[in-house]
Amino acid sequence: MIFAGVILSGFFLAFLVAPLFKVLGKAAPWVISLFPFSQLLFFLMLWTNRPHATGELVACTQWVPGAGVDLCFLIDGLSMVFMVLISGIGGCVFLYSKDYLHDDPHLDRFYSYLLVFMSAMLGLVAADNVISLYVFWELTSISSFLLIGFHPDTPEARRAALQALLVTNLGGLAMLAGLVILAEAGDSYYFSELIQRGDVIRAHPHYSAALLLLLTGAFTKSAQMPFHMWLPNAMVAPTPVSAYLHSAAMVKGGIYLVARISPIFGGTALWFGALTIVGGITFVIAAVLGLAQRDVKRMLAYSTISVLGMLMAVLGIGNEKAVQGAMVYLFAHALYKSTLFMTGGAIDHAAGTRDLTRLGGLGRMLPLVAGAGILAAFSKSGVPPTVGLIGKELIYEAGLHAHSAQKVIVAGALFGNMFLAAVAWAAGIRPFVGRLQSPEAPHALKPMMWFAPLVLGVLGVALGWAPEIVEKTFLHAAANTVSGHPVPMDLALWHGFNTAVLLSILTLAGGGLLFWVRHRWRRFAEARPWVGPDILYDRLLSVLKGIARLSTRLLQSGYLRQYMILVWAVSAGMVSWMLFDAAPLSWPAFAPVLPHLHEWVIGSVMMAAAVFAIATTQRLVSILALGVIGFGVTLFFVLYSAPDLAITQFLVETFSVILFVLVLYRLPELKDRSPVATRVRDALVALAVGAVMTLLVLGSPSVQYYPKISEYFAQVAVSAAHGHNIVNVILVDFRVMDTLGEITVLAVAAIGVYSLWRREDA
Amino acid sequence: MYMMALLVGGLFAMAVYCLLRRNLLKLVFGFLILSHAVNLLIFTAGGLTRNAPPIAPSEAKFLAAPYADPLPQALILTAIVINFGVFAFLLALVDKARRKTGTDDSDAMKGSDA
Repeated sequence: MIFAGVILSGFFLAFLVAPLFKVLGKAAPWVISLFPFSQLLFFLMLWTNRPHATGELVACTQWVPGAGVDLCFLIDGLSMVFMVLISGIGGCVFLYSKDYLHDDPHLDRFYSYLLVFMSAMLGLVAADNVISLYVFWELTSISSFLLIGFHPDTPEARRAALQALLVTNLGGLAMLAGLVILAEAGDSYYFSELIQRGDVIRAHPHYSAALLLLLTGAFTKSAQMPFHMWLPNAMVAPTPVSAYLHSAAMVKGGIYLVARISPIFGGTALWFGALTIVGGITFVIAAVLGLAQRDVKRMLAYSTISVLGMLMAVLGIGNEKAVQGAMVYLFAHALYKSTLFMTGGAIDHAAGTRDLTRLGGLGRMLPLVAGAGILAAFSKSGVPPTVGLIGKELIYEAGLHAHSAQKVIVAGALFGNMFLAAVAWAAGIRPFVGRLQSPEAPHALKPMMWFAPLVLGVLGVALGWAPEIVEKTFLHAAANTVSGHPVPMDLALWHGFNTAVLLSILTLAGGGLLFWVRHRWRRFAEARPWVGPDILYDRLLSVLKGIARLSTRLLQSGYLRQYMILVWAVSAGMVSWMLFDAAPLSWPAFAPVLPHLHEWVIGSVMMAAAVFAIATTQRLVSILALGVIGFGVTLFFVLYSAPDLAITQFLVETFSVILFVLVLYRLPELKDRSPVATRVRDALVALAVGAVMTLLVLGSPSVQYYPKISEYFAQVAVSAAHGHNIVNVILVDFRVMDTLGEITVLAVAAIGVYSLWRREDA
Repeated sequence: MYMMALLVGGLFAMAVYCLLRRNLLKLVFGFLILSHAVNLLIFTAGGLTRNAPPIAPSEAKFLAAPYADPLPQALILTAIVINFGVFAFLLALVDKARRKTGTDDSDAMKGSDA
């Protein structure tokens, strides 16, 4: 209960941001920034004081008890890693935003969105129930839509926001389907129980479908190819959003999902194949494309896609080292990527551009920003002593420990990591060193713009010196969770000289080489027109709009008659399908009731009157013909034992004729404006409907889905309701609320008629 | 009973034909015929019984078989009353629309809320 309150209070605080800004003015961001840090403190205290050192905590609150949806939170090592990152980096982003957007008139709105985003993300990684996971998942999509489109005055921002929403929402729907299949297969909607039933689920016939649907969700969220295009485009967002989106929130959702289902789905050939192929391809291609960018944010965006691909692939390998590597690198990446985005934003602020070809030597003006950037670049490229290096070596070891043919992963990882190292130096170091290059004279920055990244950058290096701090608190527990069983873990910078160390040295050397030739590669790439998924997205969207236009033109003609024809044709078609397929006709059922001659006469007169009402152009005649039909119906009610109906119908019919006659002089002429061909078409539709309805009546006696309930009324009407007329008893006693509804309809209709006829001014 | 089936089908056909006319008054006629057709459809589908209204004799403790099914009758009774309300409203609406737009051609009223 307390835990749910701590997670959900962010949503409530989001509504209080605007009043807080009114009351506190400039101090408001300070107060709001305290919130994520206090959450961080709470999570750490809760975790370190947990009753079982190895186990997890489950905190439940009922939400929709009838539908089996509870607000249950599962706090284990895996969710702890994410919660620490989300709240800790969140706090730094909150501080950074204060100075980055200090002159933005909508800063309060920005903090509201950011709070919703952060809380949704916390809920996502802590949710135990699969349905509440989905709800939080979509909340992050919606809040990221608002954040990416925070400056909606440019078409790029609107397009990017919509693209992010569409791509991740479509993936989210696939994931929902996958979650439902998973829950049905495992007979539980709770991860804490599903984790125990991995064997059942892996043997289930729908295993592949569930896995592929879940991975579709994870791949769209984590920007895996070919769904990656929304992430570079999302760079139109304010930089604090990018820093958060890329490090701790949003894109890490997909990684979280894969890690969460790893003990349930992992270890099969499909799991390995799907994750390593998609992740591996994304890893390498995005790293290569990243080095060709000139905008520092786009470059970092591609490197995020690349790292996410690497994490996916590593989770696909799934051996002990792989799981450890994934957790450590995830942590390292969150620290250095948020730092690099913040330093990128600081450079943009100070120098007025993000174009890396026009930047250099800024370190002299911005020494602290430079310090943060360089430390982060070290962690990213794997220079000792950083936490990034520890993660990278674990990943190399994971590849080396993989089965024989899977060792090809090591080659891919080496290749991709070289590019990532070059990207790290180009984005994190190059702008600060060398000859001074800057379009605007660099000016000093407000304190939070260097403080926030510096904290995170220093952490990346400090934890490289002392990785056991995070290992003991949550990384080891996280690796155990993802593996599904306890694994040994011993993080250290130096394990003696081995193949992984050699690979790290090779990475740095290769990265240096690539850094040196990066401009040549960029010019080569810029000179070529690329056909990427981004263009395909536009084409797909325009095809979709074309289909919408076409169907609108076909179905929404604006002519009442065409809607009518469609409605009647569909209903007649469905009824006849039911008649012939589901309930075959049985003619003998009619034999007991044969019509008398006078009934034939009444029926024929009614039909003749109906034809007359249609054919005549004289208003009075047609109204009389309609009256004949109504009184004919009354006669049938009399003949077939329905005196109440006969009385009512008689009254209503009389009223109807009076009503018609009252307004007769104002009624329009009865010309038929349609050409003959249209009349023939309408007649054919009408006859088809009539034929189907005739068959329906003929078929009805042979169908009895439920036992008649009239017998009950016949039995108890006298004793329970003291009425002898059963129809009346049903209306005024057994179903009295329905009759009340009926009277209400009449009253509403009367008010409508009155208001329409009240004034003549019109 | 065959006769009733034919009658219901015939009324449906007439109603649909009326509903497909451009003239708004014909639309009202179509609605009226349709309501009769639907009521008779329910009535007939519930089973036809002669000379046995669902009314218990004054001394009886319950209604003994045979009797006409009271439930469809209760449904139809409600339907008749509601149909009348809707009919009155429809008539008023058509009249108002004709006076407002100066036409009773549904095609001419397309896509505008003048």
